[in-house]
Amino acid sequence: MTDIAATAPAHGHDHAHDDHDTPGFFVRWFMSTNHKDIGSLYLIFAIIAGIVGGVLSGMMRLELAEPGIQYLEGWAGILDPAATEVQGKHFWNVMITAHGLIMVFFMVMPAMIGGFGNWFVPLMIGAPDMAFPRMNNISFWLTSVAFVMLVGSMFVPGGSGLGAGTGWTVYAPLSTSGSAGPAVDMAIFSLHLAGAASILGAINFITTIFNMRAPGMTLHKMPLFVWSVLVTAFLLLLALPVLAAAITMLLTDRNFGTTFYDAAGGGDPVLYQHLFWFFGHPEVYIMILPGFGIVSQVISTFSRKPVFGYLGMAYAMVAIGVVGFIVWAHHMFTVGMSVNLKMYFTAATMVIAVPTGIKIFSWIATMWGGSMRFTTPMVWALGFIFMFTVGGVTGVVLANGGVDTALHDTYYVVAHFHYVLSLGAVFSLFAGFYYWFPKMSGRMYSEFLGQLHFWIFFIGVNVLFFPQHFLGQQGMPRRYPDYPDAYAFWHLVSSWGYVIMGVGVLIFFANILWSLVAGKKAADNPWGEGATTLEWTLSSPPPYHQFNELPRIA
Amino acid sequence: MTPRLSPNAKTAGLASLLALAMVGLGFAAVPLYDLFCRVTGFGGTTQVYDERAAAAEPIVLTRTVSVRFDANVSPKLPWSFRPEHPRDTVSIGARDMAIFIAENHSPSPVKGTASFNVTPDAAGRYFTKIQCFCFTEQVLEPGQQMRMPVLFFVDPAIVDDPDARDIQEITLSYTFHPVDEGKKAS
Repeated sequence: MTDIAATAPAHGHDHAHDDHDTPGFFVRWFMSTNHKDIGSLYLIFAIIAGIVGGVLSGMMRLELAEPGIQYLEGWAGILDPAATEVQGKHFWNVMITAHGLIMVFFMVMPAMIGGFGNWFVPLMIGAPDMAFPRMNNISFWLTSVAFVMLVGSMFVPGGSGLGAGTGWTVYAPLSTSGSAGPAVDMAIFSLHLAGAASILGAINFITTIFNMRAPGMTLHKMPLFVWSVLVTAFLLLLALPVLAAAITMLLTDRNFGTTFYDAAGGGDPVLYQHLFWFFGHPEVYIMILPGFGIVSQVISTFSRKPVFGYLGMAYAMVAIGVVGFIVWAHHMFTVGMSVNLKMYFTAATMVIAVPTGIKIFSWIATMWGGSMRFTTPMVWALGFIFMFTVGGVTGVVLANGGVDTALHDTYYVVAHFHYVLSLGAVFSLFAGFYYWFPKMSGRMYSEFLGQLHFWIFFIGVNVLFFPQHFLGQQGMPRRYPDYPDAYAFWHLVSSWGYVIMGVGVLIFFANILWSLVAGKKAADNPWGEGATTLEWTLSSPPPYHQFNELPRIA
Repeated sequence: MTPRLSPNAKTAGLASLLALAMVGLGFAAVPLYDLFCRVTGFGGTTQVYDERAAAAEPIVLTRTVSVRFDANVSPKLPWSFRPEHPRDTVSIGARDMAIFIAENHSPSPVKGTASFNVTPDAAGRYFTKIQCFCFTEQVLEPGQQMRMPVLFFVDPAIVDDPDARDIQEITLSYTFHPVDEGKKAS
């Protein structure tokens, strides 16, 4: 990226001018139209949702630690005293469903787009706020209501027990004729709300980035994080409406007697899979592209070099976004496709490895010859590159239609998408969090706790997910609460990995609390000359309203 | 004179249109997917014989293919349903008739309709039905037994398709569903 010589207005002036119109607590946090406050709300929301989703996965790892079913009946019995083994097993399905939906829609997306996107897109392009501040507020609160709806669905009947037990993919006919009761309707409605919130957010970002850049900030001078959010916003705009259409048809099939996905009335359940994955594949890039942007900023800052191949990096993201729309059927190689169709989707999927490889190699080339500093954000970014590459390699394996026939719906797939998302996306989130924490809070985090968090988390997630490759290759199917003894060893290892990771997360929370209370005051630019983007020209934390005089980009 | 839109409103408007167009495309996928399956025989969708081609002399090859018949009933339908013969060997291109037998075990008349499919999937575009009970809804009186014919042939073009020419056996499968008057075919 080109260096930006910005002339921001003096901070003291901003403070003096703006402090008097900071609203009171309720108006500021509940009716907020300020992009930084909404960004903070999104980050807090994502952390809460992450705790809920993380506890669910901990319960699943506990149940999976040894063969047999130990806890499910008891857990189901907490809410429904009459619960039997059937309700227990249904509760398992509810947990896998809620874990997936919460982590995708209420943890990663709000943190990446709502949190860091809201906070730093306006700052990085030199805009005073988002284009539509009130719409921004609507997006956040719609997301919150959607989350409440989803969590609420776990407490109402959903077929053979309480809650929606359909998997995050909500495949028909399990989600239509297979799940009586209001739980699945609530989950579908929750997806509608979250989708509407994201579409509004996407429109807001596109308008902001196209129309509100500071003078001199051309598209080809934008920081890569802004590029990543722009591409993501377009993916949201093109993918989410298709999901909305698909799940609306689920709703009418469930409640109004249509048969879009019911063969008895001339419909086809496979159509749902096509529609879902037409959304679902771009969705995984929606989750990872902002992470690419964050990692680019962090690597460049701590290598004290501009990103290698800036234009290549920007257009690699565009290419990933475009190709991401024409590969969806690789998620459904087993539904019965002709050899030619499988060959096409295999080849198209593998093409994505090319722009992704451009990004990986450009990050490495950015570090090459740079004066690197292994601060906490930098080690998270390096961890991201490692994890994402491992997940990318298993992705190329799974892209093969023939190989996937054997590995479809096994733990190999579970390991693959957790390496790219749970580890890739989450590592980039932590990189961004530590990178921008001084800017957002005005205080430095503890470098020791940050490093400790990284190493424990890094070891934990690898112990947790790497053995799942072995389980998958041996044929362990995903979404099962029980398994033969042959799988016991690696499942136990995997569960211990969860414990190690959990300790890492506790250190993260300790670090946040310690830093907010006792952290050193952060300088305007704590990272030195490597940090060239506009947010570092402002105070830490930035004034309530920034850029009253627009910066000029040379 | 229309008032000029601000640049922000214009961008947001265009973006909203894009989102709306994608919603439309999502719903348009229903008829388009149906059409796609009928045209390409995707997923084992069988072909319906074109009346205009009926006049042409059928080409019959010496090669034969085995056709198995499979009959299922939805649990919601109180019928039994089975093929008269489980299997038949036909010359490729030659017309053949198979009989399916359905019986209503309930004390009231019931209306049913059959969905159908062939495997292997690649055979779908060559399995052509001239006449089939599955084209229309069937009503069985209480205790009534009905013999239902299906007239079909395997298109000789199958021997030119590298994906399908090695197929030795085709399974034709039917499932009878109750016709729910409240539900309409999408």
